[in-house]
Amino acid sequence: MKTGMKQALAALAVAGGLALAGAPAEAQQDVIKVGVLHSLSGTMAISETTLKDVMLMLIEEQNKKGGVLGKKLQAVVVDPASNWPLFAEKARELLTKDKVAATFGCWTSVSRKSVLPVFEELNGILFYPVQYEGEESSRNIFYTGAAPNQQAIPAVDYLMQNEGVQRWVLEGTDYVYPRTTNKILEAYLKSKGVKDEDISVNYTPFGHSDWQTRVAAIKKFGSAGKKTAVVSTINGDANVPFYKELANQGVKATDIPVVAFSVGEEELAGIDTKPLVGHLAAWNYFQSVDNAANKDFIAKWKAFTRNDRRVTNDPMEAHVIGFQMWVKAVEKAGTTDPDKVIDALVGVSVPNLSGGYSTMMPNHHITKPVLIGEVQENGQFNIVSQTPGLVVGDEWSDYLEGSKDLISDWRAPLSCGNFNVKTGKCGGQGKS
Amino acid sequence: MFRLFALLCVTAALLAARPGPVAAQGTADAFALLASDNYADIEKGVVAVAASGDPAAEAVLTALADGRLSYRPADRALFVREKAGTLLDAATGRPVAEAPAGLKPVRLNNRVRRALEAALGTLTLMASDPARRLAAAEAIFKSRDAAALPMLARALAAEKDARVRRALEEARAAVQLATKDAAVSDRVAAVSLLEERGDREALALLSAAAADAAPAVALSARTAAAAVERRLALAAAVQDVWYGLSLGSVLLLAAIGLAITFGVMGIINMAHGEMVMLGAYVTFLVQEVCRTRAPGLFDWSLPVALPLAFLVAAGVGAAIERGVIRHLYGRPLETLLATWGISLILQQGVRSLFGPTNREVGAPSYMAGAFDLGGLSITYGRLWIVAFALAVFLGLLAVLRRTPFGLKMRAVTQNRRMAAAIGIRTPRVDTLAFALGSGIAGIAGVALSQIDNVSPNLGQSYIVDSFMVVVFGGVGNLWGTLVGALTLGVANKFLEPYAGAVLGKILLLVFLILFIQKRPRGLFALRGRAVEA
Repeated sequence: MKTGMKQALAALAVAGGLALAGAPAEAQQDVIKVGVLHSLSGTMAISETTLKDVMLMLIEEQNKKGGVLGKKLQAVVVDPASNWPLFAEKARELLTKDKVAATFGCWTSVSRKSVLPVFEELNGILFYPVQYEGEESSRNIFYTGAAPNQQAIPAVDYLMQNEGVQRWVLEGTDYVYPRTTNKILEAYLKSKGVKDEDISVNYTPFGHSDWQTRVAAIKKFGSAGKKTAVVSTINGDANVPFYKELANQGVKATDIPVVAFSVGEEELAGIDTKPLVGHLAAWNYFQSVDNAANKDFIAKWKAFTRNDRRVTNDPMEAHVIGFQMWVKAVEKAGTTDPDKVIDALVGVSVPNLSGGYSTMMPNHHITKPVLIGEVQENGQFNIVSQTPGLVVGDEWSDYLEGSKDLISDWRAPLSCGNFNVKTGKCGGQGKS
Repeated sequence: MFRLFALLCVTAALLAARPGPVAAQGTADAFALLASDNYADIEKGVVAVAASGDPAAEAVLTALADGRLSYRPADRALFVREKAGTLLDAATGRPVAEAPAGLKPVRLNNRVRRALEAALGTLTLMASDPARRLAAAEAIFKSRDAAALPMLARALAAEKDARVRRALEEARAAVQLATKDAAVSDRVAAVSLLEERGDREALALLSAAAADAAPAVALSARTAAAAVERRLALAAAVQDVWYGLSLGSVLLLAAIGLAITFGVMGIINMAHGEMVMLGAYVTFLVQEVCRTRAPGLFDWSLPVALPLAFLVAAGVGAAIERGVIRHLYGRPLETLLATWGISLILQQGVRSLFGPTNREVGAPSYMAGAFDLGGLSITYGRLWIVAFALAVFLGLLAVLRRTPFGLKMRAVTQNRRMAAAIGIRTPRVDTLAFALGSGIAGIAGVALSQIDNVSPNLGQSYIVDSFMVVVFGGVGNLWGTLVGALTLGVANKFLEPYAGAVLGKILLLVFLILFIQKRPRGLFALRGRAVEA
């Protein structure tokens, strides 16, 4: 009850503040509005505020180039305050009141699930920039973050091949992304011949801060005489105490490496990384990617935020890609009409920051390279492995019952998010 | 005389550590392997350099481990940057006048790092410093590198220090067990040696050896592994108690300020967690100043932060009491809502000021690492926090029992009107008591910054737990808070391995609800007039 009340209060406070501050002066004819739906207060502000800033930077830059279709872009920033029902409310506000042409937003899967029906009902366009668990495909959502096969599975492959890992601890925070990802990983590991007793799955609550028992358990699991690794889907704030405890109990990357899917440059900024050197992360982009496009982006970012110590990370790159794709599709369609833009988006190809091109596929996921990085002393990642080609995001995992027969193709004749290839019907098993 | 000798030794060691004058052909090939961005090549290079027997090998590998080795891609020449900053050509050992253009660092991954640890272990087995020899033996114990065996034998023959000798024997046992070509009798002897060592790493080796091809080895390894496991299980139970006490001390720290504001004064203070957060941010600021102005004083940052955190949190607390809470005495629901609002304002204020991201608070040297106590691994950080929590508790107890202010405070809370009648300025006592509770929360923040995120959300995660502890322990009783915190901590840690962290927490809450039904006033109920009032 306590938290419920607290959230309601927070929502009230924020809504009140916005109503005062956000009232637009007048509706101008020659602007295109772009919605930015990221939490600026509450627990998720730590991650999402950065994405809001990146969107503002991209829009400002596009306006300097003359905008889109001869019109200036205008960012409409709302604050859903890390409150999932409020995400839906704010999304509705963006689509009905502000009439935005596209929205860039959400971080957690639960916030995306909360706005999904709104975007489908009002036929909006949402670009979702964070790695997620898959098992979803919507006509109105474009997934620019990684699907499990673009992050989790290549990371496990790397550990198997390069480190000879035979025993696995799947350690996650207790919510939908880690649970689904771990289910996929478990099925994948078993398909590779890993036995049941060599996999240990464990979940901890959000914001778990006392990791002594878990780290001791990991050490114990790792002393069975086989090379052991930890696959971490631990989310947000729980990571810092986790890594601190690892360092304190002397778990070194050369003994038991930890590969994380939710720890990037931004998260490492709060930790002393010296004892963590060698622990891994899998992403589609690292700040340490060495090419001209990335250096240029980092320089612009530091100039925009007027802070030389600001870091860049993977979801930021996803927004960069998504935004460029949207601009290109709008120019291709010659209008911001959602139906036309949605059709125009499929097949659009733009340069990404890791030195290649990303293409929007018919399943509304994009192609990306997969990079594995090791933590360095300076809080950056040393890229130790990169997939030779681009990996296509796979929304319906091939390793889960009930989803392996499904495909998604939003192009005209099929136009279905969950087509079952066995039964030949749209709307097979699984949720749309 | 002795000093002179030591000085000579150090100089000799330093000289030996410099790359030799001209490297032999084999070394040149090995160096060329190192000068690469392919990890497999670098790994081969590490092994080759270690095997070359070149006097420069150790210096080059140490430089690689420290990230001071770079190469010129054009001709694959290696360069060592010395700690003093001069750049040496690894092949000739001579300083390079001008840094060549296009130098790239030789990078490491975990495999190279492991090979490097093993190689450096072998190379430093004969070092003059016993601590380095010990580290070398430990490195070989971990790497189980068969190539180290002859070197181990030589080192064992020369070793005089009993501890290092023991470590060397264990390292040899580990290598012998891991490589299947040692004699069966040797391997059986290795098994019993590792059984004596009896830690997790020994258990890992023994469990692997239980599948040994030689039945004698497999059998003895199996029984040894079982024995080690039994001993470790016992240690694990003790370990759980320790973890419980450590979690309990964190709960105690978070709750003890609340024991004053809520427990003694009866104010439902939802902004209590934010006082803890303010304390953590004060620590961050102190460390920032230390980093930029006086890096040498970094270890003193926490002692300096303690009084500052107390003052800042107490000041904010006093302001809250003066500005808001005093107008709401006797209206608990309004107090709850108002302090809630204050907590949100403080959070967002800190967020706007410091940004939403986590801030890095480092651990001073005396709080980093762990030590072994009879199979129990105890981290220094946790030990300090347990000691600190108890010290704060005793200090607070002394203030309440032994000072005039404590006496006045107890008088006011027990019977406000009578206290006023005998001339105590009750509003002043209220403000000071609230400031005291807030200040204690502030110094709790200094300690919690060591184990948790320093972010605007820090306080939120502790507020529910804090109320839980105070209510469970008995409102208005400091001893109750102590016993309550430690009980909840230990219970939590005993439930966690069996029920998991999520279910464990739920079970604990259910237990607490049932307990409160049975004993609404908590563990240690206050008796007397105050309760009835």
